[in-house]
Amino acid sequence: MKALLTSFVSGIVFALGLGISGMTRPIKVIGFLDFFGSWDPSLAFVMIGAICVYFVANRWSQTMPSPLLTAKFLVPSRSDLDGQLIIGAVIFGAGWGLGGFCPGPAITSLASGAAPVMVFVAAMAIGIYLHAWSASVWSLEERPASPVLQTSPDS
Amino acid sequence: MHNFTPVASLFGGILIGLSASAMLLLTGKITGISGIFAGVLRPAKGDTLWKACFLAGLLAGGLVLRLFLPHAFDFGVVRSWDVLALAGLLVGFGTRLGNGCTSGHGVCGVSRLSARSIVATATFIASGAVVVFLVHLLGGLL
Repeated sequence: MKALLTSFVSGIVFALGLGISGMTRPIKVIGFLDFFGSWDPSLAFVMIGAICVYFVANRWSQTMPSPLLTAKFLVPSRSDLDGQLIIGAVIFGAGWGLGGFCPGPAITSLASGAAPVMVFVAAMAIGIYLHAWSASVWSLEERPASPVLQTSPDS
Repeated sequence: MHNFTPVASLFGGILIGLSASAMLLLTGKITGISGIFAGVLRPAKGDTLWKACFLAGLLAGGLVLRLFLPHAFDFGVVRSWDVLALAGLLVGFGTRLGNGCTSGHGVCGVSRLSARSIVATATFIASGAVVVFLVHLLGGLL
């Protein structure tokens, strides 16, 4: 219960941070990405502020046996770079530059009631389902072509 | 540079960092909003409720902004619906394929000095910059 309340309150604080920093305004986002035009470096300050705080929190978490309200830390451990990561980031960046919204600000901006934001978030949901569908099709096609999976004793 | 807002942006960034830090230190979770949103759309047992609560918090925070800082929703640039739909599709699909967005990779991952997140963040900023450049090159077509 306390963990769920923490999530809710953190969501509120996150939204306020997005609104105050300018992240909910596509003109600021596109201005930040406009390196070759009239560049607005404001969003670099958003990242600096957020990263400085989270860097300390992350270091601190490494000294803790577990989080304060749950059993364990669920932190990604992968360090390999693969094509999906890069291609995914290219596609995401293209959408971000095109619309001026990334997921957090778009969801927060639903509260404005503005129709264009609803269109964007609905399309984002379709994109997520499209990925899940394409990933399932992809893995069905991949399976026969990877004999390692069939011969490995522990799979 | 007439839109430059370093103080507000730094303060907002600190709030974002505090929120993500509370999630990590109290609940042990990474605050990656594309993953949180996808987790609510495609629920997995036992790992959905906290995500729904976080999204509800974002919406509640959005309502607070609407009341006390309506300027936050002064979008400035609003693309046509078809362009926004395409942008949304790309953001939804791309963040799933690349396992994260501005929050999960850009804030949490970069702070953890994750090589994957640093590469992803540099890549999506570069990709966004190229698209913004192309849009300006093509003029008011959008």
